[in-house]
Amino acid sequence: MAQIFHRSANFIARASLLGVAVLAGAALTTVLVLARSPYITNQNVTRTQPIQFSHKHHAGDDGIDCRYCHTSVETSAYAGIPPTKTCMNCHSVLFNNVGYLEPVRESFRSDESIRWNKVHRLADYVYFNHSIHINKGIGCSSCHGSVNQMPLILQASPLNMNWCLECHRNPQQNLRPKDQIFNMDWKAPANQEQVGRQLAAEYKLRTTAELTSCSTCHR
Amino acid sequence: MDAMSDHEHDKQLPILQGPPAAKPALEAGHDHDQEEEIVDDTLREHRLELSTVREKLKDKSGKQYWRTLEELSEDPHFEELLHREFPRHASEWDDAVDRRDFLKLMGASLALAGLAGCGRPDEAHIVPYVKQPDGMVLGKPNYYATAMPFGADAVGVLVESHEGRPTKIEGNPDHPSSMGATSAMVQASILNLYDPDRAQTVLQGGEIRAWSTFLDSAQEAATGVKAAGGAGFRILTGAVTSPTLASQLRKLLALYPQAKWHQWEPAVSEGGREGAKLAFGRVVNTVYVPGKADVILSLDSDFLASGPGHISYAKQWARRRKLESTSDSMNRLYVVEPTPTVTGSSADHRLPMRACDVELFARALAAKLGRGNAVSLPADAEKWLNIVAADLQKAHGSSLVVAGEQQSATVHALAHAINAALGNVGTTVYYTEPVEAEPVNQLESLRDLCADMDAGKVDLLLILGGNPVYDAPHDFDFVTKLKKVHTSVHLSPYFDETSAYCQWHVSESHYLESWSDARAYDGTASIVQPLISPLYYTKSAHDLVAAFSDKPGQPPYDAVRAYWTEASTKLGTAIDAGWRKWLNDGVIPGTKLPAITPELKFNPANLPAPTAMPATEVEYIFRPDPTVYDGRFANNGWLQELPKPVTKLTWDNAALVSPKFAQKNDLAHKVVSRGGEHGQIRSTVVDIELNGSKVTAATWTTPGQAENTVVLHLGYGRTRAGFTGTNKGFNAYAVRTSSAMWSASGGKMTATGDGYSLACTQYHFNMEGRQILSTATLEEYKKNPAFPHEGHEEVAKDDSLYKAFAYPNYAWGMAIDLNKCNGCNACVVACQSENNIPVVGKDQVMRGREMHWIRIDRYYTHTPGFADGGTGDPTEYNAALDNPQTFFQPVPCMQCENAPCEQVCPVGATTHSAEGLNDMVYNRCVGTRYCSNNCPYKVRRFNFLRFQDWETPQLKLLRNPEVTVRSRGVMEKCTYCVQRINNARIDAEKQNRPIRDGEIVTACESACPTEAIAFGNINDPNSKVAKLKAQQRHYTLLGELNSRPRTTYLGAVRNPNAELEKA
Amino acid sequence: MSSVTQNLPSGHEPEPWIEPGHTYASVTDKISSVVLTRPLGIGWLAGFAFLFGIVMVLNLAIGYLIVKGTGIWGINIPIGWGFAIVNFVWWIGIGHAGTLISAILYLLNQKWRTSINRFAEAMTLFAVACAGLFPLIHTGRPWMAYYMFPYPSTMGIWPQFRSPLIWDVFAVSTYGTVSLLFWFVGLLPDLATLRDRAKIGWQQKIFGMLSMGWRGSARHWHRYQSAYLLLAGLATPLVLSVHTVVSFDFAVGIVPGWHTTIFPPYFVAGAIYSGFAMVLTLAIPMRKAYGLEGFITLRHLEQMAKVMLATGLIVAYGYFIEFFMAFYSGNKFDVFLAKQRLHGPYAPFYYALILCNILTPQLLWFKKVRRNIAALFVMSLIINTGMWLERFVIVVISLTRDFMPSAWGRYSATVWDYATFVGTLGLFTMLIFLFVRGLPAIAISEMRELVHQDSHGNEGHS
Repeated sequence: MAQIFHRSANFIARASLLGVAVLAGAALTTVLVLARSPYITNQNVTRTQPIQFSHKHHAGDDGIDCRYCHTSVETSAYAGIPPTKTCMNCHSVLFNNVGYLEPVRESFRSDESIRWNKVHRLADYVYFNHSIHINKGIGCSSCHGSVNQMPLILQASPLNMNWCLECHRNPQQNLRPKDQIFNMDWKAPANQEQVGRQLAAEYKLRTTAELTSCSTCHR
Repeated sequence: MDAMSDHEHDKQLPILQGPPAAKPALEAGHDHDQEEEIVDDTLREHRLELSTVREKLKDKSGKQYWRTLEELSEDPHFEELLHREFPRHASEWDDAVDRRDFLKLMGASLALAGLAGCGRPDEAHIVPYVKQPDGMVLGKPNYYATAMPFGADAVGVLVESHEGRPTKIEGNPDHPSSMGATSAMVQASILNLYDPDRAQTVLQGGEIRAWSTFLDSAQEAATGVKAAGGAGFRILTGAVTSPTLASQLRKLLALYPQAKWHQWEPAVSEGGREGAKLAFGRVVNTVYVPGKADVILSLDSDFLASGPGHISYAKQWARRRKLESTSDSMNRLYVVEPTPTVTGSSADHRLPMRACDVELFARALAAKLGRGNAVSLPADAEKWLNIVAADLQKAHGSSLVVAGEQQSATVHALAHAINAALGNVGTTVYYTEPVEAEPVNQLESLRDLCADMDAGKVDLLLILGGNPVYDAPHDFDFVTKLKKVHTSVHLSPYFDETSAYCQWHVSESHYLESWSDARAYDGTASIVQPLISPLYYTKSAHDLVAAFSDKPGQPPYDAVRAYWTEASTKLGTAIDAGWRKWLNDGVIPGTKLPAITPELKFNPANLPAPTAMPATEVEYIFRPDPTVYDGRFANNGWLQELPKPVTKLTWDNAALVSPKFAQKNDLAHKVVSRGGEHGQIRSTVVDIELNGSKVTAATWTTPGQAENTVVLHLGYGRTRAGFTGTNKGFNAYAVRTSSAMWSASGGKMTATGDGYSLACTQYHFNMEGRQILSTATLEEYKKNPAFPHEGHEEVAKDDSLYKAFAYPNYAWGMAIDLNKCNGCNACVVACQSENNIPVVGKDQVMRGREMHWIRIDRYYTHTPGFADGGTGDPTEYNAALDNPQTFFQPVPCMQCENAPCEQVCPVGATTHSAEGLNDMVYNRCVGTRYCSNNCPYKVRRFNFLRFQDWETPQLKLLRNPEVTVRSRGVMEKCTYCVQRINNARIDAEKQNRPIRDGEIVTACESACPTEAIAFGNINDPNSKVAKLKAQQRHYTLLGELNSRPRTTYLGAVRNPNAELEKA
Repeated sequence: MSSVTQNLPSGHEPEPWIEPGHTYASVTDKISSVVLTRPLGIGWLAGFAFLFGIVMVLNLAIGYLIVKGTGIWGINIPIGWGFAIVNFVWWIGIGHAGTLISAILYLLNQKWRTSINRFAEAMTLFAVACAGLFPLIHTGRPWMAYYMFPYPSTMGIWPQFRSPLIWDVFAVSTYGTVSLLFWFVGLLPDLATLRDRAKIGWQQKIFGMLSMGWRGSARHWHRYQSAYLLLAGLATPLVLSVHTVVSFDFAVGIVPGWHTTIFPPYFVAGAIYSGFAMVLTLAIPMRKAYGLEGFITLRHLEQMAKVMLATGLIVAYGYFIEFFMAFYSGNKFDVFLAKQRLHGPYAPFYYALILCNILTPQLLWFKKVRRNIAALFVMSLIINTGMWLERFVIVVISLTRDFMPSAWGRYSATVWDYATFVGTLGLFTMLIFLFVRGLPAIAISEMRELVHQDSHGNEGHS
């Protein structure tokens, strides 16, 4: 009676057994990697904005303080996106006729807001509060990166929960002196671990258990 | 949701900055969203009547007939008509399959493939202000003081506003009617602001009109009647306490000397006003000071939960029931009433008695005190009376007798006489000039109006608020008479029963949308300031009166400002300085009415002999509904779904009967297995023939009700309330005549043979001898202050497999003093408002799925027949149910330190916070419901369906941005308002200081009129809550389970009269 | 087909485990013919079509559930678990007999298992498949169910390992996997036999692939035996563990009626009880339809009846102890619940349960009943019903009357509950239908061993 299978079938059979295992592994890895990739986190993805506003120019070159525009960053959960009025404070005089600022002037005339595309986007069920981080020695650049180097603002950190927890579990790695909060170029000193602990004590930081309680961020 | 409301939701909202009236579009009427409005409103308002349809179909046959039907079906009104004439019985949140679902279902095959979880959110946008308003910090709420006018009272409130949206109402501590607390109705009033069913424009005969058009025709009409000095000009208002409105009306009447101003409030009797006339020869305002009273007798008065000043009364009453040590004393409350109310249920002694017999009781009491002639009472009542009378006399000068809002003039007059006899005037009760601007006998006032309308004497009728077509006595036959009026204008927030019969309908602004002012029960005036510019093209009573005056188009602000500029000189404050302060404080100092001492011209002896109704006669009494009041809140989902304090019914009213009566007439309840004791009860339906007309009502057996009393609650059976309130319950006004406004006899009740399913959230009423609600008398308490612990094993704290948590800094806890809670429900609605809790509808409540995070359990104690294992079904008659002791127990999440829920959640969606909260992480929850099964207190609530409304734009404005809006399929529960805790903590941390005691106030705590709820840090021995927990009365609910709740209770202590006890 | 069994020499001991006169060839012919040569009867087709329809109902029910949410079911607060969990526990229970028969009886060297182990195992797999469906769909957000698996997530947190539901996930999936392997390994020689006997190309190919190049060499047999033995050893503890873990779902909770230590043993016993009942429910019609009376003899049925009687008594003991402990402990909540079971609104269910699970099976004491096929069939159905009722009593009644009288409620299933339950019944039966026609429902190779031993046995007598 004729053979049903060619001899190679033996090899194929064995190979496919192995293949299944490998594939399954690969699939799982892909998912896990994808979840951490910019495709999902939007890390380092620049968006086109109605006005090509350059933080590099304003915060970096002109050295305007963050708080000039983001007024409520020290007092409120929201840092605050400046109203058109704030732009016009300067641009009613400076560059007051260049074309690329027309949308600003238009907004001011027509009383219609400028629609910016959101860059840093947390899930709705995360209740992040800027002011407390600022007040407890977390600098802007710790999360937002060196904004003063960004022609177009982009999200410097993955902003996923794991990333949040890294700091909430041991904050000392990111704590800075109060006067360094708004310094975009701040670099952690060599003895940050030790400095951080001192600052943590100074700022009366809450215990890790408290900082990692679910209700700290979720309600 | 049906097509109607869907359509409505699509409509774009007038933007918040700048009042819509400012838009030229309105006058032009041709701007885009104006167009939309037209489509929309013709749909809502241009009603098509069945008759017209029949008309169209008449003498059409075969083909034609069908063609006409087709045409009709094209007509949008036809669909609307169908909805109106053939309303769905299922609730709006019904989960029956419809076509759309079915299509979704087909699509769901994908979901089955597991794709549902994936997919990235689309782009979001940031839309900053162009010019940011001053004083606004994005992300921080602002609070503004204003006042909610209600009948002859106004409740001062502080309203939380997020980026210009009012989201939450709190009490105003500086305001006499509030004293920092609120009531369920005040809390819920904010939902009315965002109600998508509100009338939204000016209509003439159902056609949209611009306000300017209305102004013109108003002036026209005015000049029309001016010739005859205003003869034929009538104005109908409710009780007016707004000084500005009053002066505007007076000026108007001066302008038209022949014009008349009528008033009508359906839910408040003439007793108060007429009683005062009887006693003092003129109308006065009676103000009680329960705080100074040691012994209080309520003659059928629910003064703790309804009527002017009730919040403040409840507060004062509760403060006299504070027990810190065995040496403390308590006031004593006696209540004589036909049906159990909040007040009666919290009484130390309660005597059920027909409403009509209360007058006899009052006469007898007066006689006991040497006023008037004795009348004979039933033996037991007699005994009761003697003891109470003695007790009252013992407390001469510090006792108080309160007559019920719905009681007769005689009873009120007698109450005045008795208080005088007891020397209470000036201490526990005092009198002032009336708060109402123009107190009149409203029944007579309305009678005159009807007569004039009938005689065709009325050419121009201005109805400012109210809904007489629905709530006028039915023998007045208001509708037919209204039809005879040449021009009728109705101002109301909804296009309701009355609007349908008026030529003009002007949509009324909500009190949070417009300027006004109002007086509190003690006369204190407040400026009512708007927090948001009108959402729709709405106007206030001030606008309307102005429209017919010589100042057409005068904005309410100007009117109010003008009045107070004048008044400020009397008050001796400069208006500009004063105005700011008044707005800031929410009260105008110096406006509180001074006490007067009117001379008592009343001798009970001169009263005509009492006409007693035979004891066997059944009386039918009318009462405002505990939640929807006289019907004005019928379309308010929060109040509809709020369990009535004593009966725990929702979404319906019922004819309340006593257990004995039910047994006699075999009126039965059947627990339906879908929902069961915690949801659906099927009860006997009866026809009630009364005063020559008839209603069909479901019955409800109410323990503690007077045997021969049947209670019909007003406010239901609305036909044009809106999406939520239409066709709920039965309309008691239909059997209410001017001759028997509050108590009627000669009714006939016949069972129709069918049953009706009522949504009752708590049917089982006894505790099965468990450690749930501990009670004692004052004597017992003094003997054993730790009475709650008697006979209940206490478990050692470390008696657990799991390591106990350490709480180094804060340990949040709550203590609820059952001695103070009177079950008024304010906390339930406050919680709903603060935490974005959805309304689920009757159908879901009947399935036992209501979502309230805090519920108020009602138990009857000393019911021997039900001692153990009884079904707790009041229809099994038992003498113990004739007058059981009633207790209330608010039950929020217990926040157990050793929480059963935390141990069983597979994904850690409910976990223990470092401060002892059971955090509930909605976004982590997969919805196994294991936590709820394992929760001994059953305080967890599950989103079985998509209960939350995600489309309606108005409702989006209502939401508290600090709290996640839960999706379908997740568990939710009370978290001690963790959003408030976090915000307070962040503020404290920024200042490097600990959180102060009392800095965090939970929504329920701040709403509670009796200060029964205390929240704080139990690690701080000096905190209010820690002190309470240190008391011996303190106990934990189901302590033997060793779940170690953070929410604990203080045993209820009643202060009965020893003699009555043994009697 | 043959009706030899009717005139069996009764009372003649030891009755053989296989009808005398069978040879290697006849065994192979008979069993493989069911798969290879026998034409698809109209009965099978009709039945299959019907069952397929029911499975479509199941799809509809689940689809609608996903669109609308678990609110379409009868569950509420306080009764958070209803039909879904009842069915889950019931199916898992049924899934026990298979592995028990194949693994434990194999280790105990019980010859009589051979003719029933194959489809008992199949039944196990299908039952577990049906069971596995429920924990997934009963959640409010099934698409989030992956939160229950421990994987390195971007959330930086893990599942909550104290929760019995997590234990469930592992217990059930392990059990499913091992049962599948066990079953497949056992199939190998038969698949090869089919491959060799198949006439049609595609059949040869499929069976060829499945049999993974089995040539029946001594080496193959040797490894086969050891692998099978190992798997049997592996599966044995699982039989006990799975239902023990499932019982923890309740025993770990504090709900009166759940929180008791008797649960693990009595759940396992109950599982085996219902498992054997289900084997009978399937075996009796099948042996008739495909004339396998020769292989699944009366004596088999009687053995299974005995097992049912034994486990049934254990279960009865469980019920008794539950009551005893309630009153003995004096815990007022347990006492109250015990009373509620007898007098409460759901008392009828409880009495029905007693009738089905305790009283009826007592008839099995009589040999006449044990050897009466019709009676056994009816009884197996009754016991399956009873076991379902048991789970209903445990899950639902306990929840309707727990600690807070104010929160007491009731439960009644909706049409969607029933649709889902009936749907899984349909799915289960449909899979069985496919199985009997697609694979050898009785282990050919092992039957041949039986023939071998029998023939030797006979020689020994003469």
